[in-house]
Amino acid sequence: MSELALAVFAAETGTHLIRPPFGARWAAHVRAFDRDAYEQRLATAGFRFLARSAAAFPPLLRAVHDPPAGLFVRGSGELDLLARPAVAVVGARACSGYGAAAARTLARDIAHAGLVVVSGLARGVDAEAHRGALEAGGVTVAVLGCGIDRDYPAAHAELARRVAANGLIVSEYAPGVEPAPWRFPARNRIVAGLAAATVVVEARERSGALITADLALDEGREVFAVPGEITSALSAGTNALLKLGASPLTCAADVLSCFGIELPAADEAVLGEDAGVVLAQLRDGAASADELARSTGLPAATLARALVELELAGRAVCADGLYRSGR
Amino acid sequence: MLARAITHALVGLEARRVEVEADVYENGLPAFVIVGLPDRACAEARERVRSGIQSAELRFPGGRVTVNLAPAGLRKEGSGYDLPIALAVLAASRQLPHVELDRHAAVGELALDGRLRRVGGVLAVAEGARRMGIERLICATESAAEASLAGIEALPFRHLADAVAYLRGELEPDEIAPPQYADPVAPPDLADVRGHERARRALEIAAAGGHNLLLGGPPGTGKTMLARRLPGILPTLDPDASLEVTRIHSVAGLLAHDQPLLETPPFRAPHHSASTAAVVGGGPGIRPGEASLAHRGVLLLDELAEFPRPTLEALRQPLEDGFVCIARAAGRAIFPARFQLVATMNLCPCGARGDPTAECTCSTQRLAAYRDKLSRALLDRFDLVIAVPRPRADELAAGPGEASAAVAERVSSARELLAVAPLLRTADADELLTRAVDRLPLSGRGRARVARVARTVAALAGAEEVRPDHVGEALAYRSPQELAT
Repeated sequence: MSELALAVFAAETGTHLIRPPFGARWAAHVRAFDRDAYEQRLATAGFRFLARSAAAFPPLLRAVHDPPAGLFVRGSGELDLLARPAVAVVGARACSGYGAAAARTLARDIAHAGLVVVSGLARGVDAEAHRGALEAGGVTVAVLGCGIDRDYPAAHAELARRVAANGLIVSEYAPGVEPAPWRFPARNRIVAGLAAATVVVEARERSGALITADLALDEGREVFAVPGEITSALSAGTNALLKLGASPLTCAADVLSCFGIELPAADEAVLGEDAGVVLAQLRDGAASADELARSTGLPAATLARALVELELAGRAVCADGLYRSGR
Repeated sequence: MLARAITHALVGLEARRVEVEADVYENGLPAFVIVGLPDRACAEARERVRSGIQSAELRFPGGRVTVNLAPAGLRKEGSGYDLPIALAVLAASRQLPHVELDRHAAVGELALDGRLRRVGGVLAVAEGARRMGIERLICATESAAEASLAGIEALPFRHLADAVAYLRGELEPDEIAPPQYADPVAPPDLADVRGHERARRALEIAAAGGHNLLLGGPPGTGKTMLARRLPGILPTLDPDASLEVTRIHSVAGLLAHDQPLLETPPFRAPHHSASTAAVVGGGPGIRPGEASLAHRGVLLLDELAEFPRPTLEALRQPLEDGFVCIARAAGRAIFPARFQLVATMNLCPCGARGDPTAECTCSTQRLAAYRDKLSRALLDRFDLVIAVPRPRADELAAGPGEASAAVAERVSSARELLAVAPLLRTADADELLTRAVDRLPLSGRGRARVARVARTVAALAGAEEVRPDHVGEALAYRSPQELAT
């Protein structure tokens, strides 16, 4: 009941609180707090507040050792969507083309299997995860480290709008709270807390994504890491996780099996002969169009058609001029 | 006594009639005054005209000589007024029959020894004269071929004395050779390019459909080399286009005097330090910019992201409308600028992006700032966007590729087909395009671009309609996500 008052108090004092503090200031705040008026303001802005004590509060998040007082929610998704089985897909902001492609296809397959994709709306892997889920027509939840009325980063305002159209944008911070560096690790515990399994796609040695993974491990959740090249600094964090015992993840089926779900047979479009040849070649590793032209012996025009066919079927993705097999 | 010679001033490409009036008052105090808003070069005609007349063994009148360039409100620029001023002064001092002078236009610069020198923009002056109903233009021998392109009788003279002798009826002017097409400068050949199958194909499509092309990729992969080979596979200009191009290059003073007609499509590649006025036109004399000099040809912007943003945004009007309209306090000029834009750029500031052997070290902020330099509106105008990857060693050791001549043949037959056939999409092709808009990040404008490119692909294949195959290939050249977001 007092959770909303607590969240607003934390926002006003610029602190991070999960239970009521002691002191005259808090007492004064509780006395003066007009809950109805505040809820009215939230409703006008189209926001909702989900208190920790509410029945709809996601049980997985309630189970973490420091659950937030409540979540501010924006978006047209149902609130019980937060309680649905979810997978967090997190990773580096400055990701490589490989990381972006991996995040996108994984999120697409996870969403396609009916799970909720949770991430942090940051640049790089986070954004790709949201995009992948949206592409599959699935639901995705973005957890912010600032007020839900803020689009952070600003470049993702449009993405946030698309996430909110079917899914939810949530934050433990009241509307109006500015993003600050120390709020992001706290945000990560909610990302990890909402999901039964966390997938780290690409992470440097000291990365926020590793914090999420640590928090997930602390709560006894499954942690997966996508293996990367041992020479790439961008994969140092994920490879270290693997060394520590995280499960390697090479396809979405690995994480889906935790939920007892099988990857639904994708409505496999029948591939043309050329596309099949190109896909077989792509499975050997990422390649530019010209390398594919040489290895398959196809003329440039035919190859371009085959690649587009694969892209449309979701079997290949292109980043920075390099094509990779999508699944 | 009063006399008058006729010439034309240029405002942009447009010729305005200028009457050069000379008044000689033999009893006045010795003076030589030019009025009528001459610029520095034009005002200095006083010295050249005085020496030129004396060198031609004619008499420069004593007393007060006043020359008026009418209309007095129009700024007169350049040295082309020397000859009409000299002729008007000579007629006013009764050394020429001024009735003869009225039937001729004149343009040219005088040397101190009386020889005639060529000036820029003679073609436009000659066209202006012809429109005013004047049939003969007195000009320097070297300008005559250019002037005759306007369908006017160009009278070539080497020396002021010859021109005067002709006007007195003592000399017949030389015959002039019909204007020649400029010798084509052999552009670099596509046979020099090893590998790069996709980029070669994209060049062919760009040439056939006149599409704007953006080549992105890490440094040193041959983007510029490929771009420089586009003019070599473009068809030659038809006579009308040739005259249009020649007119612009005439104003810029870029023509060869004996072979003025340009038949090969122009190729311009301004450096990225170029000012906005140098690229789109302008400056004190309102001169055509690189965009207009590339009219009916290719404008190559190497390292697109290094160009100042205002310069790039200024190119949006010509890219859309095919002309540049330059308004200055001194006047307004319209230059045609229907060019094909080819640009190259790296995918990130450090250049490593897109290179499988290197790792990009750019921060996200730096990357965002780099891509912010190019507006969506500008990127939207590139029909074809190609990543040019680093070629492998075995690729460089391979034999030469297909030569430009063979590609040019396919391009010109595709152009002929595009000009006559409607090339509509089949229902299947339409369905594929709609599916692509759903699945791929493709805007409405992006859809229209893919449809245009698909039409060109169909024409290159010699098809009569646009089939799904063609749309499929066109989709591969859409602008990628990395640049779109």
